[in-house]
Amino acid sequence: MTQQNNPILIVAEHNGQSIHPITYELMGKAKELAKQQNLPLAVLALVSPTVDLQELRFRGANSIFYIRHDCFASPDESLYAQNMSNVIRDLEPEVILIGATPFGRSLAPRLAAILETGLTADCTDLKMEEGHLVQIRPAFSENILAHIQTETKPQMATVRYKEFAEAERNEKEPSEMIELQTLETVGHQAIKTERISDFIVDITEAPVVVSGGRGLKKAEDFKLLQALADALGGMLGGSRAVVEEGFISKDHQVGYSGHRVKPVLYVACGISGAPQHLAGMKEAEMIIAINSDPSAPIFQIADYGIVGDLYEVIPKLISEISR
Amino acid sequence: MFSIILHKEVLILRIIVLIKEVPDMEKVRFDSEKGVVDRKSAGTEVNPFDLNALEAAVQMKEIADASVTALCMGPPQAEKSLKEAIARGADEGILLSDAAFGGSDTWATSITLVAAIKKMGDYDYIFAGEKTVDGDTGQVGSEVASMLKIPQICFVESLEMNKEGLTAMVAVWDGIYRKTLTGKGMLTFTKAANTPRLPGIREKMKARKMEIPVWDLRFLSEYLNETDTGFKGSPTKVKKVVVPPVLHRKGKIFREINDACLREVKGALIARGITEGVKK
Ligand SMILES: Cc1cc2nc3c(=O)[nH]c(=O)nc-3n(C[C@H](O)[C@H](O)[C@H](O)COP(=O)(O)OP(=O)(O)OC[C@H]3O[C@@H](n4cnc5c(N)ncnc54)[C@H](O)[C@@H]3O)c2cc1C
Ligand SMILES: Nc1ncnc2c1ncn2[C@@H]1O[C@H](COP(=O)(O)O)[C@@H](O)[C@H]1O
Repeated sequence: MTQQNNPILIVAEHNGQSIHPITYELMGKAKELAKQQNLPLAVLALVSPTVDLQELRFRGANSIFYIRHDCFASPDESLYAQNMSNVIRDLEPEVILIGATPFGRSLAPRLAAILETGLTADCTDLKMEEGHLVQIRPAFSENILAHIQTETKPQMATVRYKEFAEAERNEKEPSEMIELQTLETVGHQAIKTERISDFIVDITEAPVVVSGGRGLKKAEDFKLLQALADALGGMLGGSRAVVEEGFISKDHQVGYSGHRVKPVLYVACGISGAPQHLAGMKEAEMIIAINSDPSAPIFQIADYGIVGDLYEVIPKLISEISR
Repeated sequence: MFSIILHKEVLILRIIVLIKEVPDMEKVRFDSEKGVVDRKSAGTEVNPFDLNALEAAVQMKEIADASVTALCMGPPQAEKSLKEAIARGADEGILLSDAAFGGSDTWATSITLVAAIKKMGDYDYIFAGEKTVDGDTGQVGSEVASMLKIPQICFVESLEMNKEGLTAMVAVWDGIYRKTLTGKGMLTFTKAANTPRLPGIREKMKARKMEIPVWDLRFLSEYLNETDTGFKGSPTKVKKVVVPPVLHRKGKIFREINDACLREVKGALIARGITEGVKK
């Protein structure tokens, strides 16, 4: 390629229809790093023809490399990885950033192995030190933060959703669009992929999450929490304990092995606050905890803690809110 | 859940399950000054997600003629985890252990596991956990699949065996997808996939008596260079470890629910614009 400096490359994520906001977040952080190091910022978008790429042009990248093909209409990571590796070998990026979404987390290692380079998962922060990318990520079930550097190129990392602000919009200097050809349009013959349904529940985007834990005596008691969630315009969440009890489906699980949420308000009802639960909700803007045990660890991270029986507290809260 | 569609047919499937031995994360303590895990503070166990991978393999054994091999890279004591895997239904275990494997990142771990898989010969499926609770990366499954050039289905939430092969449900993009694997391939499992069984008494006895072969670098030398494994072979290096300060919000705790408490909480909600929609 003609570029003098090898770029920082962002892999755009989409869902077959539109670009996922994590792409703009990655661009926001990458722009900052690129400026510091005087590197160009590029985006690689492999999309089906239905995906609108217009908005990508206004987020400060120098160039958008894209391939449009029907074969990218379904999430087949080996097909994506194969086509991307071809482009990447030409571009020789210094850094590649991919969203740590379910797709990104299965695509990135597939790609890293083809490119024979290191990969750091699930970063929550990135910085440049002496020309090297420092990748900061939680490990040991989120108990420590490791600072990692990669000795091979490209330096690859997946980055968590909702860690960085989206790149600012600037319509005045749209990015250059460069169309590339697909080299392979058939993935592994041995895999067939069909879309079955849209997500029925997606608690990760809810502004308010009201969660229940083992403090609930039976599944029906989630109705009480639903009433509170309705009053607050939110959705239901649960600890692993109640998901395993079958009180609520796995889509609602908050935590290390469930969803990570970052709502404006999180209400924890009858949840003790195990580290694996905190891993999924500690970054909520405001946390209210209701627990009968004053020594429950959840109170350590609550903005408002109410010591009491949730069966007594929640109805009172609801009537106060609706008054 | 695992539904049985296939009748027992004459076919022998070979399934390899990748398991890692990890510290018990619910008990382990951290030395916040040194930023290291106090390994003595807790025992070790099979990585919880790997038990879901193992369970899926053992369930397949119940409906088809299959053999299940648990494969683990780790220190000599990790033999214990392979015995546990046998007690939970695996037929055999293989331990990859050598001082040269120490300090491997996901790349070096994957290349070492791949060498052992090649050494083992043919297989139909490789099952892994979604992620490990100590490494936390969730990369090894896809890296192994990529290195072996086989297809992968990541983050399986339910699995079914049928005439076509294996059909899994996964949540990806903004929907639920059904992915069917008709040939050999890698599957990685989430906690939702199944409920791992407990070790059976007879299986425990069997496990106790089983020899666990230990494969070292020399044994794998046909497929693995010393420079590709362990700390030396790892492209990513941990430069520093920081223990984040214990989370603490200077919150307000109400010892009982009274009008003052309710009013203050409601005030905070209004201040954040949360109850706006409700009052209309
Ligand atoms: C690998 C791994 C992954 C995990 N992933 C997750 C995860 O993703 N999400 C998750 O949540 N957990 C996860 N866990 C489990 C976690 O460690 C805890 O076991 C779990 O979060 C506990 O759930 P809980 O708080 O509902 O139950 P408990 O810890 O039993 O707490 C119940 C609380 O309810 C209170 N209570 C009881 N009755 C009442 C009442 N009437 N009114 C008010 N309060 C009451 C009690 O005081 C207690 O504090 C994971 C564990 C491991 C090892
Ligand atoms: N040392 C190891 N030995 C065997 N399997 C492993 C090892 N490390 C990782 N795995 C497998 O790869 C999965 C993902 O691991 P990780 O990428 O470390 O989160 C685990 O759930 C295991 O199935």
